[in-house]
Amino acid sequence: MKTVKLAAFKIALKSTLPIMTGFLFIGITYGIYMRQEGFNFLYPTFMAFIIYAGSLEFVIANLLIHSFDPLEVLLLTLIVNSRHLFYGISMLEKYNTADWRKYYLIFGMCDESFSINYATHVPKNIDRGWFMFYVTCLNHFYWVFAAMLGGILGGFINFKVNGLSFVMTALFIVLFLDQLLREKNHYSSFCGTLISAVFLLLLGKELFMPFSLLAITGIFFIKENRR
Amino acid sequence: MNLLEEILTIGIAAGGTMLTRFLPFILFPSSKPIPVFIRRLGNFLPPAILGMLVIYCYKDLPANFTLDSLIEIIAGMITVFVHLWKKNMFLSISLGTLSYILLLNFF
Repeated sequence: MKTVKLAAFKIALKSTLPIMTGFLFIGITYGIYMRQEGFNFLYPTFMAFIIYAGSLEFVIANLLIHSFDPLEVLLLTLIVNSRHLFYGISMLEKYNTADWRKYYLIFGMCDESFSINYATHVPKNIDRGWFMFYVTCLNHFYWVFAAMLGGILGGFINFKVNGLSFVMTALFIVLFLDQLLREKNHYSSFCGTLISAVFLLLLGKELFMPFSLLAITGIFFIKENRR
Repeated sequence: MNLLEEILTIGIAAGGTMLTRFLPFILFPSSKPIPVFIRRLGNFLPPAILGMLVIYCYKDLPANFTLDSLIEIIAGMITVFVHLWKKNMFLSISLGTLSYILLLNFF
């Protein structure tokens, strides 16, 4: 590996260590869940690889044991994952600079890859395109590997490290806190947090994200037109 | 479900997910300048999204508030304090997670 790539890979590996911990834990749980629903390990592995959207995969695992309903699958997918539209709008400029790698970056744009690729300030001598590419690769790998492991181990082990999944919460808290410390005004941060909290209380955990993002966009629209 | 229906279900989920990820890049290709409103929206959104993802981590609290929920909040505050104190991402995440595991298992 050339030095440019190696340097970027090292930083990416370091930045994704918390995600490795979290994905291993959640991915193994997901693999075990599918195995217990009666699917062999190829199902969670393949789904982790091709769908690569954690929360949706649990939903689909549950749909697979019911009767076939393609419209329901499509609607649920679009509702659960509509937040990616807003990630994409935020990454239009950052990802478009990464030539052929951008197709993979977009394919692998889960919550965690988006957050790390947006929020991490890589040193000037590190190639940002390769950094983002490796972050996405590594996260994808952790997830697929963990899902496969869970699917294989399935019934054999009693996997339980109570509380390890908190690593994801801690990661998002730290990323958000860094954002707060870095930014000049907190309008967007506070707006996003407050609206999501209110919508969570009003609409519940399944629906609050797309509606919060729509409301945040609406507020931005009003703010822009008043200028 | 038979095998074909399973493949279709997984395929639709994968295709739908790809649609949500690729659509902005298809609508606003790099060959054309991005409309000013979209570009400004793209600059405005990320901090709000990071805040939303923190709320997402606590999404189970309102419907079912238990002692575990309280531990989640306390561990979250410990993460914040450690980070404000040392500004070291790995230390904050490690101590935050460790405190959660300890509180959850021995409290």
